[in-house]
Amino acid sequence: MNHVPANIKSAKTRIVVIGNGMAGMRTVEEILSRAPDKYDITVFGAEPRVNYNRIMLSPLLSGEKDFDEIVINTAEWYTENNIHLYSGDPVIMIDRDRKCVISRSGTKTEYDQLLLATGSDPIIIPIPGHKLDGVVTFRDVDDVDTMLGAAAKGGPAVVIGGGLLGLEAAVGLQSRGMDVTVLHLAGHVMERQLDPSAGYLLAQELERRGITVITEADTAEIVGSENVTGVHLKDGRMIPADLVVMAVGIRPNGRLAADAGIAVERGIVVDDVMTTSDPDIFAVGECVQHRGQCYGLVAPLFEMAKSCADHLAEIETDGYTGSVTSTKLKVTGVDVFSAGDFSGGGETEEIVFRDAGRGVYKRIVLEDGKIKGAVLYGDTSDGAWYFQLMKDGEDVTELRDTLAFGQAFAGGSAGNPLDAVAALPDDAEICGCNGVCKGSIVSAINEKGLTTLDEVKGHTKASASCGSCVGLVENLLAATLGGDYQAATVKPICTCTEHDHDSVRRLIIAKGMKSMPEIMQELEWKSADGCHVCRPALNYYLLAAWPNEYVDHGASRFINERVHANIQKDGTYSVVPRMWGGLTNPRELRAIADVADKFEIPTVKVTGGQRIDLLGVKKEDLPGVWADLNAAGMVSGHAYGKSLRTVKTCVGQEWCRFGTQMSMSMGVELEKMTWGSWMPHKFKMAVSGCPRNCAEATIKDFGLVATDGGWDLHVGGNGGIHVKATELLCKVTTDEEVREYCGAFIQLYREEARYLERTAPWIERVGLKHVQERMVDDEANRKALFERFMISQKNAQKDPWAERASEGVDAHEFKPLSMVAAE
Amino acid sequence: MTDMLNWVNIGPVSTIPQQGARTLQTETDRIAIFRTLDDQVYALLDRCPHKQGPLAQGIVHGHFVTCPLHNMVFSLETGEAQGPDDGCAAKVECQVVDGTVRIGLTELQAGLRHAG
Ligand SMILES: Cc1cc2nc3c(=O)[nH]c(=O)nc-3n(C[C@H](O)[C@H](O)[C@H](O)COP(=O)(O)OP(=O)(O)OC[C@H]3O[C@@H](n4cnc5c(N)ncnc54)[C@H](O)[C@@H]3O)c2cc1C
Ligand code: SF4
Ligand code: SF4
Ligand code: FES
Repeated sequence: MNHVPANIKSAKTRIVVIGNGMAGMRTVEEILSRAPDKYDITVFGAEPRVNYNRIMLSPLLSGEKDFDEIVINTAEWYTENNIHLYSGDPVIMIDRDRKCVISRSGTKTEYDQLLLATGSDPIIIPIPGHKLDGVVTFRDVDDVDTMLGAAAKGGPAVVIGGGLLGLEAAVGLQSRGMDVTVLHLAGHVMERQLDPSAGYLLAQELERRGITVITEADTAEIVGSENVTGVHLKDGRMIPADLVVMAVGIRPNGRLAADAGIAVERGIVVDDVMTTSDPDIFAVGECVQHRGQCYGLVAPLFEMAKSCADHLAEIETDGYTGSVTSTKLKVTGVDVFSAGDFSGGGETEEIVFRDAGRGVYKRIVLEDGKIKGAVLYGDTSDGAWYFQLMKDGEDVTELRDTLAFGQAFAGGSAGNPLDAVAALPDDAEICGCNGVCKGSIVSAINEKGLTTLDEVKGHTKASASCGSCVGLVENLLAATLGGDYQAATVKPICTCTEHDHDSVRRLIIAKGMKSMPEIMQELEWKSADGCHVCRPALNYYLLAAWPNEYVDHGASRFINERVHANIQKDGTYSVVPRMWGGLTNPRELRAIADVADKFEIPTVKVTGGQRIDLLGVKKEDLPGVWADLNAAGMVSGHAYGKSLRTVKTCVGQEWCRFGTQMSMSMGVELEKMTWGSWMPHKFKMAVSGCPRNCAEATIKDFGLVATDGGWDLHVGGNGGIHVKATELLCKVTTDEEVREYCGAFIQLYREEARYLERTAPWIERVGLKHVQERMVDDEANRKALFERFMISQKNAQKDPWAERASEGVDAHEFKPLSMVAAE
Repeated sequence: MTDMLNWVNIGPVSTIPQQGARTLQTETDRIAIFRTLDDQVYALLDRCPHKQGPLAQGIVHGHFVTCPLHNMVFSLETGEAQGPDDGCAAKVECQVVDGTVRIGLTELQAGLRHAG
């Protein structure tokens, strides 16, 4: 057993936190901001990872976010704040007599104060078959991984439970290509948050998206022998399923506390400063029961975190008094909001507004002139306003007639969102999740000189959780800064879409989209078949994502890449055969001379990349020119492509008296390895045999300069309008390493750069350090990149000239039409 | 003066690739014949009004083509430049009759009368 000795007693109070989740870590953050030096902090987490935003598991499942984007506290954060994190090591026992906790690995850690933040467990209905493979819950990253594993194979999925979690799971799985049925026991979905009308509209929208919703569905049994094969309903119906997600609710996790003799009812019982029945033990989050109430949303637990931290830091506090919550469904394109009690009846009155054309439904329940509850569907922009009026207990009798039209109308302004936020009182809540009000955002903007959404997020936490208040925060920034505010909006690829390059790339992989029509359909392209800006980009992203599988779409390539030659200003073409490493021989030169004579090619020129360019070839002559060059053993030089262009070399150790490495043979080898690969933009290399650098390797995308003991690898340079010298990536010693680093670098560029972004602007954008982290420091990743590069090269290295000169590929490109018959 | 058009058959729609184009050489100039994703067929002179770029080599999208030389976008229906650019590509009459593409040539194009 690992014993942390008690005799190294620090002067600090030792606090141990059980649960590395949202409530626990928020409390730690709040403590650090109040009393940074008071505590020696140790955290135990059952999950083998850092703290992430659990709310965002839904977009993680649908592919709209990746894991890095939902991390809240990175490993560095724990180190910087001197927090000992034991992740993947749950606490199995609290020994209150000895004031220590014992974890599964056997670590025994003493505490002065203990914080329980164990969250809750998903409820599993113990029907027959609930233990079969393929039956999962939706609570953590592992669950998402299991679902993605199943989704990769497609097929049918059943989600049991049509609440918030179940519906988000259903939409996520459906967008990953599964055929999803939602089984819901009540008469309409999300019955705890929505009234029947809004529930109906929501179910209809889900059905429109291809999800089947069965209400009043009572599950009898999950069937299957090892893996699930279906779900049997009590009414006899059988729904096939390869995956069953149980999302029927959560139960506060108070086991550990109960075992230790701490008072636990439905949850761990706490007072207003989050103290349990043991004065040295505190609890926050979903595991607690406060004033008889358990919560399943983040807003209350962030308030608990504040009260608890105030108390621990010995700051005067009113304590936590309970929360009124509101709910939003996080499904892109579906706006649902609900708050308070909207059951109606009794002394209540209702205001209902419907606009079938726009699919909008609003219902506001009033009692004694005050808002008691609200349900909004289709247009939730006024949700925050109603919620505020409700929480403040404001008398809305005066506004009654126009209440349904929202705040802009009530305020008399003509629906200008900036006026609307400007009109809000300072204590109006902007971010429901984190309980941030307008006043604190505005003062942070003014006092700290914040100008971007990310800065506001960082300083105030507003919009840092579910993200549904991003629009409000941006409006607030705009209203506060006036003309100085520039929204950091994503730049769409072109006018055909709202998506930017990076999100399209991620979604192609996440949703497994394999063709252009599929992307345009799924991502709601605004044009039928794109345009000259987005189509070549999509074609490239598909090629890069599905090498050896996606079939190149010629009609989406620029003419040069379509006919494998460079169009010139008069509509003729230039032809550049490959000369490996810039080397040629009499046989090739003779063949070039013969071709130039035979096809009356007007200009023959040596290029900057050490090749020979035949200029002024007529389009219809191209196949003939290529056939003759092919016959002499030459292939396409790809001088036209967003691909490897040339590897320029100096004469090196082979001939030069200064040379320290064989630059020519290295150049030839690299060119043979990398030719044919499609990339975001053109890519040039050079190899110099000593630091005199005669091959100008330091203005190339990837340049090698030989040293006495090996090679300096340079990246991110280019000539052109803005000359850019390379930066040193690293030094290597063997030729084997050169090949691996070269392939890995190209693959990283292929996977991460945006279409038409050369290596220089790409590296400027992401930072050289990022590139080094990904492929120099991380050997495993470098090897994986290199392997992916070599796999994608398998089918890429086909000479496009030979295919067209002798195999008749794209014959229509090179032959004009003729008149069949004149009338 | 309106020339009488001389209609010539150039073969079935399928000889032109979808989202692509082919050219037809006449006595006086070259015609670009486009086929869109929804199988409409259009014809323009294969000469961009900007700097004579060969429009048939451009990317066809919707009912538009983007010139391969400097990316001006032209309507296939009217020949007019889109967006901020000015200019008009010359339209050539074109029909599809029973799946066969027919192009309406002027007498000069058809070589029936010699340019003076
Ligand atoms: C898919 C999904 C979507 C959601 N969407 C929303 C939303 O839109 N809005 C909203 O307000 N809320 C949402 N929620 C709810 C929200 O995520 C929770 O309210 C919140 O995470 C609860 O925080 P917590 O710290 O109490 O529990 P958790 O975040 O679950 O943290 C508890 C942690 O303790 C760990 N743990 C448990 N026992 C031990 C042990 N013995 N030793 C060590 N570690 C232990 C667990 O592994 C877990 O990591 C959503 C939840 C899910 C699952
Ligand atoms: S770079 Fe060095 S090895 Fe190469 S040609 Fe120049 S001097 Fe010689
Ligand atoms: S420098 Fe200008 S003119 Fe010369 S080849 Fe390059 S683009 Fe053409
Ligand atoms: S020649 Fe067509 S755009 Fe310039």
